[in-house]
Amino acid sequence: MSKRKKRQALLQSVPFMLPSFTGMLVFSLLPILISVLISLTDWNGLDKLNPETLSQHFVGLQNYAKILTTSEFWQVLGHTLYYIVLYIPLVFVASLGIAVILNKNMRGITVFRVMYYIPVLTSWVAASLIWKWVLSPQYGIFNQFLSYIGIRGPSWLTSEIWAMPAIVLASVWKDMGFFGLFLLSGLKMIDMSYYEAARVDGAGKTKQFFSITLPLLTPSIFFCLIMSLINAFQLFPQVMIMTEGGPNGATQVMVERIYTYGFKYFKMGYASAYSWLLFIIIFVLTILQMKGQKGWVHYES
Amino acid sequence: MKKTGKWEMAAMGAALAAALTAGCMTAAAEEEVTIKYANFNASGGQEETLEAMYEAFHEEYPNITVEIETIGFDDYFTQMQTRVAGGTAPDCYELNIENFAAYANKGVLAELTGIDPAGYNETALSAFNVGGTQYGVPGNFSNVVLIYNKDLFDAAGVDYPADDWTWDDVLAAGEKIRALDENTYGIYQPITFNEFFKVAVQFGGSILNEDKSAFTINSAENTAAAEMMISKVTDSNIQPNDEQMSGMGDWDLFQSGRLGMIPTGIWAFATFTEGCDFAWDICVEPGQTQKATHFFSNALVVNADTEQKEAAECWINWLASSEKAAQMRIDAGWDLPAISNDEVLASYLEITPPDNRQAVFDSLDYLTVAPIIEDYALMSDIITGKLSEAASGKLTVQEALDAAQSECEEQIKLG
Repeated sequence: MSKRKKRQALLQSVPFMLPSFTGMLVFSLLPILISVLISLTDWNGLDKLNPETLSQHFVGLQNYAKILTTSEFWQVLGHTLYYIVLYIPLVFVASLGIAVILNKNMRGITVFRVMYYIPVLTSWVAASLIWKWVLSPQYGIFNQFLSYIGIRGPSWLTSEIWAMPAIVLASVWKDMGFFGLFLLSGLKMIDMSYYEAARVDGAGKTKQFFSITLPLLTPSIFFCLIMSLINAFQLFPQVMIMTEGGPNGATQVMVERIYTYGFKYFKMGYASAYSWLLFIIIFVLTILQMKGQKGWVHYES
Repeated sequence: MKKTGKWEMAAMGAALAAALTAGCMTAAAEEEVTIKYANFNASGGQEETLEAMYEAFHEEYPNITVEIETIGFDDYFTQMQTRVAGGTAPDCYELNIENFAAYANKGVLAELTGIDPAGYNETALSAFNVGGTQYGVPGNFSNVVLIYNKDLFDAAGVDYPADDWTWDDVLAAGEKIRALDENTYGIYQPITFNEFFKVAVQFGGSILNEDKSAFTINSAENTAAAEMMISKVTDSNIQPNDEQMSGMGDWDLFQSGRLGMIPTGIWAFATFTEGCDFAWDICVEPGQTQKATHFFSNALVVNADTEQKEAAECWINWLASSEKAAQMRIDAGWDLPAISNDEVLASYLEITPPDNRQAVFDSLDYLTVAPIIEDYALMSDIITGKLSEAASGKLTVQEALDAAQSECEEQIKLG
């Protein structure tokens, strides 16, 4: 194609892209840019938002400095890390388990696929309310089961120690179908001839899993890892409904703080700065993961 | 505590004397105007009542058209905040007490000049007066009374609570009821800021000094108040702790017949009438060195930027204090109107249980206004946080209040 033709094609595509591009520009990109400006002010979220208000309320990097020097920020970050440490291994084991089960060729497997995916489609609000019931120490079904095996279940959501694990439990239940489906598609892509060859060479099931399945699944695992880490940092609705950050602030996490500062305490500038710090954390971690993938992710070529 | 009044009421026949038609002082009221009104309180059941109120209003003021927008409580405040900042807020709207002060102090509300203060309950009206400027009128009203389980008092052989009871009487009765059974408790009162600021007043203390220029959270009176609130959980255990509650609601506990006393809002009446299979009654909340009772009210406010201030004032004033609107509010079992006209309120008294419904009105003599400041929500969260740390035994009561005092001083600028 000549240069002229290329340009013509581009020009022709513009009208088709314009509607969604305008939407993205006005409703995503512009607010993102404005939030940078807001994060440099002490705007209260009620005064009219215009350049004049923003310049009157300009405070420079003060919000960022303040957040980083409060103990609250580090505590909240600690809670998030605690969540991640519990959540990621559990959700991976669970979704890998699902993927392996769903990869079997048996009758009615689609029904199971749908069943595991239903929690993913459920709204977090409904799911959280159900989990509140399930985890109720007196009437909840979860502690009931524990009592059958002789364990006296804790009062999950009102205990500082158990509130976060409770939220992890609900999150794993909800997300395992989503990641399970990705891992399943990864499993499906593995060429069956590898297994045949391995069997001929005398490799057992375990050996096959660790030497064929796992290495060839690493691209899918990598994707799920990035997604789940981003998700974990954005933890919010389940906390808001199940514990509201309590007990005694034990489940306060970053997005919950952003919401509270912005919409409850009327500190929109502070909240914006908080959300930019969250962005930086996620961005840096994602870059590190991208760089680190060379060591362990095997792409079939 | 989100409140939606739900009293079942059948009464219609109240004496409709002294027709104080909440008149607007609009002289130039001939021109046709349309205003917008947003609210959350009608959502979930009272939309039609509000619509009927508007129709009655429109008959009286045919030149004023009101476009009513009813938004659910959960979305209301995020939406309103965005609209105020974006300059697209309605001409008049409803605010709860937590948000009212923030809006008033940030200059987004108009001073109300065209309302008739005489028609309102004085204390409720004063709640929405900031530094001498009236920014809102009380659109509705409800208060807190001490509700008690008569059967448990009989079983324990204790006299029923009376209006002159102090906390000492409550604790003594609570202990006898607690002794009845392992799973029966004397009283339940949430350990939160909302309860604490009132109990502090009952003990002669306060959260702020007189002119609201400094915090007085860790005063000796407040410490005594907080000690009482917390020790009834941790020491005498006449009030269940979180683990004993194990996620159960306090109303549910009362309805299960295992709770002697509960200071709670009068909007519990309908639920308790239906859900309790034992006898119960009410009295004025206990005091200590003085009486203080809790009330809730939502403010109706006018947008500072509106071009239809007169019409907006006319509508909210009518809605909040006209006899017609008040009567409709009571008849529909919505909530109480915050008005001074006792005769309209009389029909409310005829419904039982509770037999002693008069206590609802007797409580009005001791109303205490919440310490409303710009950063109300932040202050409330700090103090609740520290109180629950004390309740869980992490801090002593004194340490908790000291910490709350210094954190509030650090994070909140007053006046």
